[in-house]
Amino acid sequence: MVIDYPLIWALLIALAVLIYVLLDGFDLGVGILFPFAEGESSRDQMMNSVAPIWDGNETWLVLGGGGLLATFPLAYAVILPALYAPLVVMLLALVLRGVAFEFRWKTRRFLPVWNVAFAGGSVLAALCQGIVLGAWVQGIAYANRAYAGGSWDWLTPFSVLCGVALVCGYALLGSTWLILKTQGALQVRAYVWARRAAAGLLVMIVLVSVWMLLLDPRFVTRWLSGVAAVYVFVVPLLVVAVGLVLFRALANFDDVIPFFAAQSLFLLSYIGLGIGVFPDMVPMRITIWQAAAPTVSLKFLLIGAAFLLPIILGYTAYSYWVFRGKVKPGEGYHD
Amino acid sequence: MMPDTRRLANLAHGVSGATHTPSPGASHIITFSESQYVMDLFDPVFLARLQFAFTISFHIVLPAFSIGLASYLAVLEGLWLITKRDIYLSVFQYWLKIFAIVFAMGVVSGIVLSYEFGLNWSVFSDKTGPVIGPLMGYEVMSAFFLEAGFLGVMLFGLKKVGPKVHFMATLMVALGTLASAFWIIAVNSWMQTPAGYAINPAGQFVPVDWWAVIFNPSFPYRLVHMVLAAYLTTALAVGAVGAWHLLKDRENLAARVMFSMAMGMAAFVGPLQILAGDMHGLNTLKHQPAKIAAMEGHFETQKGAPLILFGLPNMAKRTVEYAVQIPHLGSEVLTHQWNGEIKGLEAFPRGDWPDVPIVFWSFRVMVAIGFAIFALGFWSFVARRKKRLFTDVRLHWAALAMGPAGFIAVLAGWVTTEVGRQPYTVYGLLRTADSASPLGLAAVGASLLGFVVVYLGVFASGFFYIGRQMKKTPWRNPDPASPQNDSGVHAETEKVEGVL
Repeated sequence: MVIDYPLIWALLIALAVLIYVLLDGFDLGVGILFPFAEGESSRDQMMNSVAPIWDGNETWLVLGGGGLLATFPLAYAVILPALYAPLVVMLLALVLRGVAFEFRWKTRRFLPVWNVAFAGGSVLAALCQGIVLGAWVQGIAYANRAYAGGSWDWLTPFSVLCGVALVCGYALLGSTWLILKTQGALQVRAYVWARRAAAGLLVMIVLVSVWMLLLDPRFVTRWLSGVAAVYVFVVPLLVVAVGLVLFRALANFDDVIPFFAAQSLFLLSYIGLGIGVFPDMVPMRITIWQAAAPTVSLKFLLIGAAFLLPIILGYTAYSYWVFRGKVKPGEGYHD
Repeated sequence: MMPDTRRLANLAHGVSGATHTPSPGASHIITFSESQYVMDLFDPVFLARLQFAFTISFHIVLPAFSIGLASYLAVLEGLWLITKRDIYLSVFQYWLKIFAIVFAMGVVSGIVLSYEFGLNWSVFSDKTGPVIGPLMGYEVMSAFFLEAGFLGVMLFGLKKVGPKVHFMATLMVALGTLASAFWIIAVNSWMQTPAGYAINPAGQFVPVDWWAVIFNPSFPYRLVHMVLAAYLTTALAVGAVGAWHLLKDRENLAARVMFSMAMGMAAFVGPLQILAGDMHGLNTLKHQPAKIAAMEGHFETQKGAPLILFGLPNMAKRTVEYAVQIPHLGSEVLTHQWNGEIKGLEAFPRGDWPDVPIVFWSFRVMVAIGFAIFALGFWSFVARRKKRLFTDVRLHWAALAMGPAGFIAVLAGWVTTEVGRQPYTVYGLLRTADSASPLGLAAVGASLLGFVVVYLGVFASGFFYIGRQMKKTPWRNPDPASPQNDSGVHAETEKVEGVL
């Protein structure tokens, strides 16, 4: 049997991005909800609920980017310049929100500044990531191993819609995380946020799905071909079912189910999107195999990934285990 | 399923990679114009370079500090566990707070760099991705995750997991910082002294021998030089904080611990670093002679070349003006022969010269600081022998003044080697001008402006918070008025000094 290294790596990169979205999604979501919290003690708790793990979550983004450079350098070299502006803004936003985790505790006078940096950075990063996704799906001009479009090609109603959708989605992940990790008044508010964000996200899922069908007839072909068709017809039903579970759990003030229901909504949407773009690295332009690095590069990194990724998942799980349970007010090492 | 033929072609080109030294300019016929070196703010490639220089300069001082601090914290916690003396825990917790700020800034400014390759240098990324990409992939998997995964436990988890598991977490973070240095220096060294590659028809570098790629000719020297630099930089910062608090209160036990450990590091590693730097220089002479010529300010090839101490290199006139020099010493240092021949810049095509004044001066700044560190270490060694380490006020002022010197030396050293690599990204093989993304001036200019504004705000705040943390005393004499306590403190001091 011939091992299809490019395919394996495409799936691994997709997995890294998925883990990134599921993990950093909720801590960006906590930032998005920051302005709606009442009082600094609520905001302290919100930030403390993600402080020990945000850095690990964000590392999956580095793996996604670094992995793409290693295994699909052509795609990396075409996609990044094409999405230049939203990616640069995303990076700057991540800088601002990342340092806020430390700086917010170091000052009273400038505390509002770092609140704004944390919330604004989180919203901007989420918005830009959605725009990046939308712009990537809608297509990238390409010629001679390089991006061949203009500076503003990424900006379309579809990409902006995807941006807003992701802000809604991360807000849902963040609010259900807070339901899981907090108690009392803050948790009660998180239920309200979760209901609104869930309603927003479900509307967005429908809008983005339908719009994608209109973007390129080939998406339709892919969604309706073979095994994919079965999944594609099941997916709307599953989304509805998970949506119902989510709203019921929120109505019953369940602590745990909302978070996993929200994660499931992301997983379903992600797989649906994956079927639509497969087997392209740059949708409708460059396939996985055209973009792949030479086998010798893919093999070398795969050996490491096979050993290291399970270990990484192991100690990541351990870290979540250490910080399990509800966040208590006044926790943390800050003084 | 995938076409593999194109990758097999042309493999012959660099199979002998391990010993393959590209000869700059030999295979390139380019027309050179002096304007190539004029800073052109309307050239997207120049702005992209400026952006990379700006973002990486702000970044590199942070990992240099966190590599050193992580190891220092591991040593402190280990000493605490072994000796059970709370003073080590106090010093540990003091520096842990500073480490947290440094690390957060290092992480976010590092993420920027991992995307900047593709954003501004897409041609470089496409061509070198198959070689340097997997190395960076290993960096993410073996270093970044390790640091990030255990950082939470290290910062917040002492009470939750207990001292032993916590010490494990600290060790993992320290290990992660060193692993990160290993991989990223491998990438940088490969760009300086490429080896173990072939070039495929698509123009991509294809790895042929991973061992040769990673352990390329300049890698061991760079890695040692950088890790020692990180340790010295941290020692100077820790030493300055210790000195500051000793100047305020000579009995401050935590300040004594810091100062003693830091000066010990300076005395021990200072000379080693000079040795490592010299070996690195000889390695550069072998593989990048044009860079050495720029560092030394040698325009003509000469036998018995002088060592130019100071002067103003003038690239247009091809001479160093107002040079203060020592005859023959240049040859003696570089070739270990009184009349050894050293190639000058004129031996290389004009289009292959780096910017001589920048390389010449940044090199001198680095070397001067290196010798100053050596002197400080020696002075502290003598003071220690005379039992005056904690009472020599002039030594403390000197250590305080030297606090930021390591950071300046790290920056100067990187400027020397990176500007000295120009006009290539992959030395002798891929020109910087041919590496950039097809971007418009407005895009690169606007993003540069964004980075400058955000970084200045963020880093100014960060350094301010670090400074304020450093001003806090790391330890309070429990009750200086009580004689019992006083003798207790002295007994404790002696015990600590015994351990140190």
